[in-house]
Amino acid sequence: MNAATKELQAVKQSPYLNLFKGYGLVWALFLLCLVAALTSSHFLQTANLVNVIRQVALSGIVGVGLTFVILTAGIDISVGAVVGVVVVVGATLLNMGLPFWAVILLGALLGACFGMLNGIGITFGKVPPFIMTLGMMVMARGLAFTLSNGQPVALSDEVADAVSWLGNGNLLAIPVPVWIFAAVCAIAFVLLRYTPYGRAIYAVGSNPEAARLSGINVRFIIFSVYLISGLLAGITGLIFISRLTVGEPTAGTGMELEAITIAVIGGTSLFGGEGGIVGTIIGAAILVVLANFMNLMGVSPFSQQIVKGAIIICAVLFEMRKKK
Amino acid sequence: MYQPPHTAANDAVVADAAPLLRMSGIHKRFAGVHALKGVSFSIGYGEVHALVGENGAGKSTLMKILSGAYTADEGDIFFAGERIARPSPQHMIDLGISVIYQELSLAAHLSVAENIFLGRLPTTTLGMVDWKRAQEDAAAVLERLGFVLDPAARIDSLSVAQRQMVEIARALSHRAKILVLDEPSAVLGDTELEKLFEVIERLSKEGMSFIYISHRLNEVFEIADQVTVMRDGAVIGTDAIGHVDTNRLIRMMVGRELADLYPKRVHKLGPVALQVNAMNRKGILHDISLSVRQGEILGICGLAGAGRTEVLRAIMAADPVDSGSIAYFGKPLSLGSPRQAIRLGVGLLPEDRKHQGLFLHHTVGFNITIARLKELTRSWLIGLKEEAGVVREYVQKLNVRPPLPDTKIRNLSGGNQQKCVLAKYLNAHCKILLVDEPTRGVDVGAKREIYQLLATLADEEGVAIVMVSSELPEILGLSDRVMVMRQGCITAELPREQASEETIMRYAT
Repeated sequence: MNAATKELQAVKQSPYLNLFKGYGLVWALFLLCLVAALTSSHFLQTANLVNVIRQVALSGIVGVGLTFVILTAGIDISVGAVVGVVVVVGATLLNMGLPFWAVILLGALLGACFGMLNGIGITFGKVPPFIMTLGMMVMARGLAFTLSNGQPVALSDEVADAVSWLGNGNLLAIPVPVWIFAAVCAIAFVLLRYTPYGRAIYAVGSNPEAARLSGINVRFIIFSVYLISGLLAGITGLIFISRLTVGEPTAGTGMELEAITIAVIGGTSLFGGEGGIVGTIIGAAILVVLANFMNLMGVSPFSQQIVKGAIIICAVLFEMRKKK
Repeated sequence: MYQPPHTAANDAVVADAAPLLRMSGIHKRFAGVHALKGVSFSIGYGEVHALVGENGAGKSTLMKILSGAYTADEGDIFFAGERIARPSPQHMIDLGISVIYQELSLAAHLSVAENIFLGRLPTTTLGMVDWKRAQEDAAAVLERLGFVLDPAARIDSLSVAQRQMVEIARALSHRAKILVLDEPSAVLGDTELEKLFEVIERLSKEGMSFIYISHRLNEVFEIADQVTVMRDGAVIGTDAIGHVDTNRLIRMMVGRELADLYPKRVHKLGPVALQVNAMNRKGILHDISLSVRQGEILGICGLAGAGRTEVLRAIMAADPVDSGSIAYFGKPLSLGSPRQAIRLGVGLLPEDRKHQGLFLHHTVGFNITIARLKELTRSWLIGLKEEAGVVREYVQKLNVRPPLPDTKIRNLSGGNQQKCVLAKYLNAHCKILLVDEPTRGVDVGAKREIYQLLATLADEEGVAIVMVSSELPEILGLSDRVMVMRQGCITAELPREQASEETIMRYAT
């Protein structure tokens, strides 16, 4: 066998490995659903399933934002805190009489601003992403508590009803958050796969110096993914206001870890350059179905946390072994 | 540089002694690929044995089996006459077989002494680390090698050449009897290489054996006693260095006649494409001025650290400059980023393709089109069909093997990877091409292709090429003019006819 054929052979294996990677996850989800359906009679009930997909949407929107960030080999642990600030600010503004559409715009803008601050610190300040977003997380959470005086900001009944559609409403029997999630995923998918911007993200995540020498504006790319992450956290915060009807300053706690778990299970590598939206969607589904299943089985939330933690470790372990 | 290094001592040792190491009938298969086909290899005491061959020939695999990293499917290894039953990495190190890979395996934050005794630091009777003894022992080893290094210095404060010395010192402290050097010259400049050769000669006279893997045949002729050529997983031949010449070696490596390594140039020069005036960068570049015309290849040579790469990077706006002007196609511009340079039609083929040129996670197609996607974009979306067409065109033009655009680029050989990086800049329509060590880590067959490509670009498409290289034959084979640098300054600018290896070395040192 000459060198060329040898090369061809060694190389032909990889497309199949990629396919399996995607399908492997789908199988895992399928098996999980199967087990859940077989062990609990409630799992397949409409109300439960609707709940599940709504939860997937709620976790998934932030997960998509984090996917963008992790693809560039960065990390954003401030998203949970940003959700909290937007929840408090949004509820406060609503109580002041601002129309909901204005609050939506401002909430999204606020999330984007936090994202931009992260982006500026990381690109121009050269602060490592973990430290920058950690600082931002602590500051944002502090801001949420400060603005709310440590108390939840209750919405009056009329206001709560007026905004209820965003988090609790259905459009064509499908929850509104799911529609939002679908739109976010569709845009993100197209961006990442079919635009030069998306390619640039993969390039920066794979090799920032090579990306720079190839004419990519690395600073802009990195700045933009944190902006996206902040924006999507803001949107999630708005949905939360609607569902909670109370501006809880603790809203979103732990969301960053969940979002990272989702992205990593979905195959997005923490080292950057690999992964995508499809994986994140499946990762969200796996996590939510698992939580749902454990709920139906009556597992306590604390034990569920143990399982969640074990999952993220296993997901990364699996990724590391694949790399060998 | 083509002087056989025969000494009576070496000849005698090689002729008389039974081999120190004998690998016989080694077979190794990986998932259907027959990587080593009954390879036999032996080396005697105090012998410097070169192992040459194209990428994929099996040299690294053979060495990994020798070091115990891989286990052979069939065949045996005999060391000092005894068969090794279970070759594990630790066992091989204990026996005295050490391998120094291209990617050095040192702990950057630790000191020289700590690295030399990594995992086996001397301890006091209380079980604590005996730092004093570590320093003394390290200093002793370094002295024996003739290296001037502070045992307390941190690895990350040392140059690459110095780090390699630490690796050799570590191997020596393991009482290595056979030292395998995998492409050591890939990271060393010429003076450092000479020093390394001195060390090899001295140690081999004392009885230490070396297996020297390199693509650079002139080095092989300088340092080796014996040479073994591998191709496609088999040994084509083994001979004493005095019995072969470059052509014979290349023929054995490639399996066919390589009539001319360097293509004939048509010297058709156009207007000045690039003009650099009095460029300065504190501590790195002093008063650099040069000009390159369309269709011209300017070769820049000098020792490592002379500032050659920095000149290219400054032209590409990858690094800032303190003063001076650069005119691109007649227009003096102060570019702020490589992005602007690429828009103008300037491209830089980087020195270290792994860290600066390639996107290893991605496919050949991704790597080729990444610098110029805007052209393929219609209403914000990339035209995938057109992209595929462009990729196919370049894969064909540059003869990238295997010609499958969806292959992950990390599975390609060094030479093919280099061609993809070149394709990336060609795709971006670069009219000024800066190439830094274009054939580093590239096998002979691909080297020839790359030379041909560069020549065609200059001669047929009027591209202005500035080429930095440590391989003088390459500079002399391709350039129209040669520029020599030393310590950040230009020491000479010669037309090709006046340049020779001796002249260049004189100006470089």
